[in-house]
This record gives sequence, C-alpha cells and structure tokens, in this order.
Amino acid sequence: MTYVFQFGAVWQEFDQLLLGAWLTVRLSVMAMVLGLAVGILCAVGKTSPSRAMRGLIQGYIEAIRNTPFLVQLLLIYLGLPAFGLRLTPDQAALLAMVVNLGAYATEIVRAGIEAVPHGQVEAGRALGLKPWHIFRFIVLMPALRTIFPALGSQFILIMLASSVVSVISAEELTAVADTIVARNFRSFEFYLTITAMYLGLSLAFQATFALIDRTLFSRWSDRR
Amino acid sequence: MIREFSINEVLFLVQALRWTVLLALIAFACGGLTGLGIAILRVSEARLFRALAVGYIKIFQGTPLLMQLYLLHFGSSLVGIEANAWLSAALALTLYSSAFLSEIWRGCIQAVPRGQWDGAHALGLSHFQQLRLVILPQAVRIAIPPTVGFLVQILKGTSLASIIGFTELTRAAQMVNNATFRPLIVYALVAGLYFSLCWPLSLLSQRLERRLDWEQLHTFKVSVQ
Repeated sequence: MTYVFQFGAVWQEFDQLLLGAWLTVRLSVMAMVLGLAVGILCAVGKTSPSRAMRGLIQGYIEAIRNTPFLVQLLLIYLGLPAFGLRLTPDQAALLAMVVNLGAYATEIVRAGIEAVPHGQVEAGRALGLKPWHIFRFIVLMPALRTIFPALGSQFILIMLASSVVSVISAEELTAVADTIVARNFRSFEFYLTITAMYLGLSLAFQATFALIDRTLFSRWSDRR
Repeated sequence: MIREFSINEVLFLVQALRWTVLLALIAFACGGLTGLGIAILRVSEARLFRALAVGYIKIFQGTPLLMQLYLLHFGSSLVGIEANAWLSAALALTLYSSAFLSEIWRGCIQAVPRGQWDGAHALGLSHFQQLRLVILPQAVRIAIPPTVGFLVQILKGTSLASIIGFTELTRAAQMVNNATFRPLIVYALVAGLYFSLCWPLSLLSQRLERRLDWEQLHTFKVSVQ
C-alpha cells in the first residue's frame, strides 16, 4: 500500500467538523421532540371513532415506512416548491426527519397506549379525574415509560439517517466533510473521522436516554 | 434542453427498479449468511467471540449506512481495488444487513425456551450440536416475520447507493429529473415504485407474525391440557 494517511488535514479542519456535528445534534434533537409530538398526536388520532381519520393516519404511516428516507427528503425539498412552498435545505431536512420519525413514533406510542390496562383508566374515572388528567397521568406517561427504550433506538436511527440530508447540502456533519473533501481530496481520513464522530454521538445519545429513563420516569415507576 | 416527462421516462424508472431489487437480494443473501455467523458468535460460550460480535454490531448499528458506503467506496482504492459502485454498494449493504439481521436472530435464538438447551444438553449434545439440531430449527420459525420485515429496510437502504453513483431507482430518478425538471412527479412516482415493492412485504411480515402468535398461543393451550 503506497497511500500515506494524513490525519493532520483532519485536525486542521476539526473546528468545522465540530460545528457540523453541532448542527447534526440540533437537527436530531429538534426532530426527536417534534417527531414524538407528531407520534403522540397521531397515536391519539388512531383511537378516534372517525374512520376517515384513522384511515388517513394509517395511510401516512404506511407511506412513510415503505419508502426510503432519501426519496422523502428529495420529494420535500424539490417537490414542495411546486405547491409554492420553498424551503431552505435546513428546513427541508428538519421537515423530512420529523415526518419520517413521526410515522415510526406513532406506531411505537400506539403500542404503549394499548399496553395500559383498561382497569386503570376506569379507576381514574372512578376517582373523578378529568379526562385530560386521565390521559396525561394514567395513559400517556406510563405508556411513554414503557416504550421509551424502543423510542430511544428509533431516535438514534433518525440521528444516523440525518447524514443523508447532506445530499441537499444542509450543513450538518456529513455535508461539512463533503465540502472539505471536495477541496483537499482526503476523503478516507475525513469520512473515517466523522464515522467515529457519529459512533460517539450514538453512544452519547444512548447514555442520555438511559439517564432520562432513570431520572424523569423513575417517579412513574412500577417497573420495579 | 428540457425534455418532456413521457412514458419513456416512466419505463426508464421501472427498468431501474431491477437494480434496486438485485442489489437488495445480494445484500440480503450475503448479509444473511454473515449475520448468521455473527449471531452464532453472539450466543457462543466463549466470551471473546461474544465480545467480538457485540463490537461488530455496535459499530455497524451505531454509524450511518451512508458513512459505511463512503468508507468502502473511498477506501477500496486504498487497498488497490479500483472504486466500483456495484462492489462498494453490495459490500456496504451486506455488512449493514448482517449487523441488524444478527441482532434480530439473536433475539429469536434467545426466545427459544431455556429448557430446550438443557434438554439437548442432557442428551449429550455439544454446544454447537444443541444449536444446530435443537435451537436453530425452532428459532427459524420465530425469525421469519421480522426477517421479512427487515427486507423492507434493505430495499429502502439501497436508495443510498445512488449517492455514490450506483444507478438504481433513486439515481435514475435524479437523471430523469435533471432532464425533465419535474421533481414532484418524478419523485412521487419513484416513491410509489418503492412502496409497491415494500408494502406487500410489510403486510406479509405482519400476517406471518400474527399467525405465529396464534400458533404459539395454540401450542401453549394444547401443552397445558
């Protein structure tokens, strides 16, 4: 092998990579929060008596889960301007991530809601709690706690998928590396470095979710 | 020069579908074989083998598929092989699928009741014989629904090969879009094509899972009586 690795080039541009990683984190966290909100809304919508509503939500879930994220992203970024909606790359990236995660989150949240024993809801009613309180304290929070591990892995998958938004040059980690590599041709060194950064990010998110699980949900704990 | 979006473009896209399917099949076959090996290592008795398998799975599940593609694509020339989109895409998707399939199958192996291992052990079978003759045949039944479900993930994953210049469905869409500049119709059609491949598989996976649940419930009832 005659190739000489030059990781010095990576070190020179490392602050730029960190900026890119920061955008990846911000984009991912926003997508997680909004995607979970979409998931909860749709999961509740799926319990609605309206058949049209349920069908619409099911259609959304199936459409998203059976098409590639890349195609969804391109459809949003290049297709939406036909309806007069022109988004910046960052906005399109976030929208695509939220729409994608929302569909998966709906299925996960729904499973959690279904796992809440009906007797508990009846007990809440017998205690005279308001419907909103029953939903919030008896259905949603225990459901979220049950499904939190599954939700966490889905969150990490969307963080990893965010590297794909570099194709519309939203300036996250992969896109930053693409730009630098186009200038200095040190592709292998740069992509190896940012792969390690992504691995670090997944481990960090995993640790954070474990912490949230222990602290935030501990008071709802009947798990042990 | 902007071309009209006509039936020719539709046919071009439909034809590109075969590369998507072929790439997915290669990744599934090779990834399945590798994944089986990793899953067996993962439940091995030797701690070192288990640790190796866990490390492999952590790395491939913890990094983006796109980065795996890039590294193989740009890395292949470093070891003296000319960068080839076919090779990089097939290899990256194989590694990616093997990590996920091995985790799925490990779950299925561990879902086989512990008593089956003990029983096979009592018959004097070695660890590998227990696995091959007693555990795997039972694990396969549990494994089929999630494996079919993962095929959908592989099919969708092949779209990333377009980024390194492999001409499958998504890349064909970019080419058509560059010529016709009708992104909405082009990508909506492509999404529809992916959907027509993936949805039947998703439905099949759900149905197999329901049937398995029912069968397990049924066997349980019979064994209780």
